[in-house]
Amino acid sequence: MTGFPWLTLLVVLPLAGAIAVFAVQERSIKVTALAVAVADLLISLPLWWLFDASSGEMQFMESARWIPSLSINYRLGLDGISLPLVLMTTVLMPLCILISWHSIEIRMRSFMAMLLIMESAMIGVFTALDFVLFYVFWEAMLIPMYLLIGIWGGPNRLYAAIKFLLYTLAGSVLLLVAILVLYFQGGHTFDIVQLSQGTYSNSLQFWLFLAFFAAFAVKVPMFPFHTWLPDAHVEAPTAGSVILASVLLKMGTYGFLRFSLPMLPDASQAFTPAMVALSIVAIIYGAYMALAQSDLKKLIAYSSVSHMGFVTLGLFMFNIQGIEGAVMQMVNHGITTGGLFLCVGMIYERTHSRQIADNTGLTKPMPRYATFLVIFSLSSLGLPGTNSFVGEFMVLAGAFLWSKIATAFALLGIILAAAYLLWMVQRVAFGVPDPHMLPKLRDVNLREMITVVPLVVLIFLIGLFPNPILTRMHPSVEKVIARAFPAATEQTSTMRQADPLSPTVKQITSPTGPAFGQGAQVSPEGQPQ
Amino acid sequence: MTFSAADLFLVLPELLVVTAACIVFVLDPVLRTSDKDGLVWLSLGTLAVCMGLTASQIQAPATIFSGLVVIDAYGAFWKLLLYFVTGLTILLSHSYLKEEQLYFGEYYGFVLLSLSGMMVMVSSADLLTLYLGTELMSLSLYVMAGLKRSEPRSLEASAKYFVLGAFSSGILLYGISLLYGATGSTRLPEIAAAISGRNLDDPLLLFATILLTVGFGFKLAVVPFHMWTPDVYQGAPTSVTAFMAVASKAASFGAFLRVFMEGLGGLKANWSAMFLLLCLATLILGNVLALVQTNVKRMLAYSSIAHAGYALIGVVATGHMENSSGIASVLLYLTLYAFMTFGAFAIVAMLRKGGIEGVDIEDFTGLAKRHPVAALLMLIFMVSLAGIPPTAGFIGKLYVFMSAVEAGLPWLAAVALIFAVISAYYYLRLVMVMYMREPSDLSSTSPRMVMSPALSIVLACAVAGVVIFGIYPNPLVNFAMQAVSALK
Repeated sequence: MTGFPWLTLLVVLPLAGAIAVFAVQERSIKVTALAVAVADLLISLPLWWLFDASSGEMQFMESARWIPSLSINYRLGLDGISLPLVLMTTVLMPLCILISWHSIEIRMRSFMAMLLIMESAMIGVFTALDFVLFYVFWEAMLIPMYLLIGIWGGPNRLYAAIKFLLYTLAGSVLLLVAILVLYFQGGHTFDIVQLSQGTYSNSLQFWLFLAFFAAFAVKVPMFPFHTWLPDAHVEAPTAGSVILASVLLKMGTYGFLRFSLPMLPDASQAFTPAMVALSIVAIIYGAYMALAQSDLKKLIAYSSVSHMGFVTLGLFMFNIQGIEGAVMQMVNHGITTGGLFLCVGMIYERTHSRQIADNTGLTKPMPRYATFLVIFSLSSLGLPGTNSFVGEFMVLAGAFLWSKIATAFALLGIILAAAYLLWMVQRVAFGVPDPHMLPKLRDVNLREMITVVPLVVLIFLIGLFPNPILTRMHPSVEKVIARAFPAATEQTSTMRQADPLSPTVKQITSPTGPAFGQGAQVSPEGQPQ
Repeated sequence: MTFSAADLFLVLPELLVVTAACIVFVLDPVLRTSDKDGLVWLSLGTLAVCMGLTASQIQAPATIFSGLVVIDAYGAFWKLLLYFVTGLTILLSHSYLKEEQLYFGEYYGFVLLSLSGMMVMVSSADLLTLYLGTELMSLSLYVMAGLKRSEPRSLEASAKYFVLGAFSSGILLYGISLLYGATGSTRLPEIAAAISGRNLDDPLLLFATILLTVGFGFKLAVVPFHMWTPDVYQGAPTSVTAFMAVASKAASFGAFLRVFMEGLGGLKANWSAMFLLLCLATLILGNVLALVQTNVKRMLAYSSIAHAGYALIGVVATGHMENSSGIASVLLYLTLYAFMTFGAFAIVAMLRKGGIEGVDIEDFTGLAKRHPVAALLMLIFMVSLAGIPPTAGFIGKLYVFMSAVEAGLPWLAAVALIFAVISAYYYLRLVMVMYMREPSDLSSTSPRMVMSPALSIVLACAVAGVVIFGIYPNPLVNFAMQAVSALK
């Protein structure tokens, strides 16, 4: 399919913006960066409607020769899995720029340039259809992120920055070897679509899966490769934390879904028990660690480990509910955790502390702020009516089909999430305010409102009407599953009917399910006063 | 031995370079210091003419001087790279020598003489021609390394380089004579014919191969023949270090690959096992020792050792496969390596601290604040040396690893990549110091960058190479493949 080069425009515009930022005058840096990010968002929005939801094929494809002597091509495309992730990225970037409006005090020019370069690379990762091109985008974001943490980060930033870089670099080098091996085994091509249709021997799949796993598991991060995450999150500036949590982590799970599952279906199924075990450990361990944190950012960082555990759990269920739930959860986690980090950033700007003990009783002085914090927290713990409920429910429904015991353990994570988030909300929103801090506690201003309101809208929009996203990703997800089970979709549909849960499961994918009507009734009760 | 005027025309680039060197030597004593810039222009002009001549020779291969010299695309590839690097060296030296107050006109003469040796090396079809070229290159470099006469380190570097260089030349010559004994010739095609069907069970051939490997090992600075490198690189004037690290390494690789592919190609299954060991040792030791350096020049010396290890991966891969994409990957790697390494040394050369060079990693503290452009360029060079896309260093590594995987050695690629991660630590430590540490004070002793138009050209060329070939390496890849297909 040829036509207007939407995707190239999406990738190139922020890059051009990054250069433009260096050219403009000091006072218009922020405006320029914001304008570029908003323009990118506006370019990405039409894709939502232009996208053909009935097709599981790649759309908006672009192809050009890049290094023909090594058969490397420039190929971009979008399917139902990458579409929501690209949109999530373009929605979040303007917010990241807005939240950094005053909080960045040094080298604003370079900061904005780094953010825009990151945006290019992230959209590139989600749209690349050539494996080398994917790898280039995947690695290209390491240095900007390293600089974001290392230059604009907190007191321990040097350690956090190099730890982030070395961890992710070490993970991804094996990916490169795996890509090259696939090239020679898969018919001398780096074309992702073509490689996803090949068949590879079991032993080859085994090794490739491990190599892919090293790259993606570090990025997700799955237990026990998560130790870089709390450090990076805590030290990064707010915008950096948002990008890390909302987009970078998704690249890992996106990698599993785009490469491991369709290219290595046999190995993926063989490794499923191990992946489920690691996911459940991550869910429970992350939640348990979050309970023990006194630093807000660290708490959210560990909650990310727990939430990403749900995503990897859903992915390896190899059924519609699990995988669609996982993709939903990727988007949801991006929105919700992004919102939580924005909230922490706002309060840090005022009190210069991220400690829960220093930021208590904010409801009185900052009622609007407290409202947002409560909404994001409730969304994060999966309250019906909010976005995370849809995703987590689908993942658990998918997991239930695979193993009831595993589901029971995963449910523990939801209970613990309620515990650490509500306890955090109780202290931060409803505790006794520190009298020394009171003068600093101005309520959320208009700029900050603009930063968080879009996310709040999305939380309820997805929570109440998840269907537009689900229908768009459905054909693409079915294609992935069809790769794992050559007997195609019949198998999943029989599994669905054989299970007592099936009515509920079907309602989720149907346009207006009573499950969501119910959710809508519950959510007002969950609202803060 | 007879030769025609046509033969002389084909070696016109070599003749021009030698003539220019002689003119520089003659004019230098009679010119006033203020007029010596003319020597720079003369040298650069010669290089430009040679570049045109050599480019015209790509399509017309010829063997001349009764089979002593060969003119082909392979030699042209290296020569064009060498002209380019020599040009950058001359421009860099122009600023650097002024800063160091080393007003030696003959410096440029030695650079050109050394270049002519390198040109002979990469186009020799006979081991004795090759030896002559090697000696011409090395002798000029010994002098250049000791040019900072007031600096004991520079003298030490020169002496050390001379002793070890002479030693390695002796070993190389010994290998040549044994090979002559085993095959009855010093011409590469005749050697190839004589050893076809034989393997290293023949002790004479075995020793000849080992001695040639050791001899070239010194020139290429691969472990365990690397001991001279850190001291010489640290002690020599930085512009000379850059020249050695890039040009001399490229020429040595060029000659080495021609000898081992054209002459000893029949034994490649045997020698590639030997190079596998050297390659692993070089990768491991080069990268690990670079980790603990506090002097940037030493760090870059170990880094250049490590990069020779990456290039050797392509050589090892060649032994395991029919086509020659392994060799092509070496050519590409060294070309891309030239850009980033030269750029890094150029920045080091121009960082001054209180009248002398600032060569400690600490001297880079807060460079991003005072010289944002220089810091950004250094960042790009370091990222490229670490092999992170979208820079030239990544493309070089990609191609080398591709040939390793094609040869059925994915584990070698994996090991090399793990050491690439280790290398990222020491390259990015410099970035960290430049960007994430505050300069302690802004007094007169704090380091500053000396900028000049010549230096700007050098840096612009280097960074353009790193960025453009990082994004669009296709023409270079094609040229490397074409060059390698000329190897018999």
